Amino acid sequence: MDLTNDDVAEILALLDSLPYDELDLQTPRFRLTLRRTPGGWTQESQTLTEPTAVTSAPNGSAASPTPGPEAQPTAQQPHAPTSRPGLVAIAAPLPGTFYRAPRPGAAPFVEVGDEVLEDTVVAIVETMKLMNSVHAGTRGRVAEICLENAEPVGQSTTLMWIEPA
Amino acid sequence: MSGRHGFRRVLVANRGEIAVRVIRTCRRLGIETVLTVSDADAGSVPARLADMVAAIGPPPAAASYLDVDAVVGAAAAAGADAIHPGYGFLSENARLARACAAAGVVFIGPTPETLEASGDKLAAREHAVAAGLPVLPGGHVADPEQGVVLAGRIGFPVLVKAAGGGGGRGLRVVRDPGELGQAVAVASAEAEAAFGDGRVYLERYVSPARHVEVQLLGDGQRVVHLGTRDCSVQRRYQKLIEEAPAPLLGDELRGRLHAAAVALGEHLRYRGAGTVEFLVDPEREEFYFLEVNARIQVEHPVTEAITGLDLVEEQIAIGEGRPLRVRQEDVAFAGHAIECRINAEDPRRDFLPSPGTITGAVFPVGTGVRVDTHLQAGATVPPHYDSLLAKVIGHGADRGEALATLRGALDRCAVDGVVTNREMHRGLLADAEFGKGGVDTGYLGRFLESAAYVQENHGSA
Repeated sequence: MDLTNDDVAEILALLDSLPYDELDLQTPRFRLTLRRTPGGWTQESQTLTEPTAVTSAPNGSAASPTPGPEAQPTAQQPHAPTSRPGLVAIAAPLPGTFYRAPRPGAAPFVEVGDEVLEDTVVAIVETMKLMNSVHAGTRGRVAEICLENAEPVGQSTTLMWIEPA
Repeated sequence: MSGRHGFRRVLVANRGEIAVRVIRTCRRLGIETVLTVSDADAGSVPARLADMVAAIGPPPAAASYLDVDAVVGAAAAAGADAIHPGYGFLSENARLARACAAAGVVFIGPTPETLEASGDKLAAREHAVAAGLPVLPGGHVADPEQGVVLAGRIGFPVLVKAAGGGGGRGLRVVRDPGELGQAVAVASAEAEAAFGDGRVYLERYVSPARHVEVQLLGDGQRVVHLGTRDCSVQRRYQKLIEEAPAPLLGDELRGRLHAAAVALGEHLRYRGAGTVEFLVDPEREEFYFLEVNARIQVEHPVTEAITGLDLVEEQIAIGEGRPLRVRQEDVAFAGHAIECRINAEDPRRDFLPSPGTITGAVFPVGTGVRVDTHLQAGATVPPHYDSLLAKVIGHGADRGEALATLRGALDRCAVDGVVTNREMHRGLLADAEFGKGGVDTGYLGRFLESAAYVQENHGSA
């Protein structure tokens, strides 16, 4: 059973009058650390219980999510070369979703064969609901666009290759 | 399916801090929780707190948290009596509400009809007028030529709004009459693509303005208000600091805001928790209806602090078919509360989002302090969802005390592994203008551009 906020408040009320500066409480299910600082108490907690999947599913394949440490965001290019002779890569500035156009329904920023300057906006990577413009960074011509619109990308994933001028 | 018994099991169809928040109240009430999780949230803190989790799809929201069939399917498979949709995602989605009814699962929220009436911002405006609320001069624009005529009557500047938008989306200000036609055309195309509804409308742009909202609870028969909140500290229409009650409002104006919100709630026969948003013109002491949010909101803790109510508990009771447990005369307000939204973004780099993995999460605890978060060391902040990390709330006997409590609370927050906007909040809470209270929606922009802030945060190291 996890501690409620009221439980923590009660522990704190008890602690406050005692000559202790720290309480570190650990069980197999959680860890709670309370520390006294000049400005007041701090709390650091960890819920350690593993998630429990619902046991039944209508199609039988109870999609059991991965227990244990949280799934890390993954890059999406198992076969992408790390360098291409004569070409310059444009990398995603952040993990997120790759968009080829400024807004839904608009024409793409660039197509293969288009000429670009260093500051030409070639794509958007949407991260946490924020649209981040991706600039070519190199003068030249778009040689290859590596991803489909709305594909997820990891940090530094290669989005496009530019043939420098 | 009778709505008059208590829920045994609730499906929490959300993630992050609000999922933790809903699960906490369910646990306290002895209700079992099943949490929907995308693959990105499988090992999250709410996933560990819930009694069970139901995987509903890959990380992108469109394939998981926004998938009505997956959510309803999860509820049915888990034997849930009800779904709590949180905020955002499907919380105001009439299709989910109808699918729940068809599946014999209670949707903890308003009726599908109310969701449609409030989700269509143009229809909501018409309901407000019907209920006797003042609205900004404006109206629907079917084509750019009509827009020019309408704007001529309203006066410039005007705000072009998407009927299918809301929550700060689909807004653009037009100051130059020559740009209106183009702005309407572009706004309509964007709205069609983003919301599936290309209708736009115009409203007079009032500046300076304050954003003041009123919290409502309704059971379909009666409506009560739980006072005001001021959410004027915003960046690009996204709230960053909220407080309750709204400061520096005359009693008469405050009373009119309360009454107007209740009148709209009664007109809609509102069931559930909801908020009526108003624009307050501080110079003229006038107010105008903006929109209805038919869901629990991010900033609900400040209202809970001053009323002593648990809004999630009230939502559940209403969902169970019980009449409202409070009458207006039972609602008492005590003190003042202020909330800061700690986001994973870097104010020094134009608020660049900062997804990643949390390596440390230390938060304040003590009298008058509340923290709502889903963080712990090891938790990930995925790039697929919003950047909210934690809400830090300070409550005191008056605004000064709440502010002092919140300042001390922020000093004791330490989130490591991602960049946060904590320092920006500390600067805001120390700012004299914020200290006075009653700032307008342009305040945060001015603060971020002020010589003092720029020097502090971008000056040479």
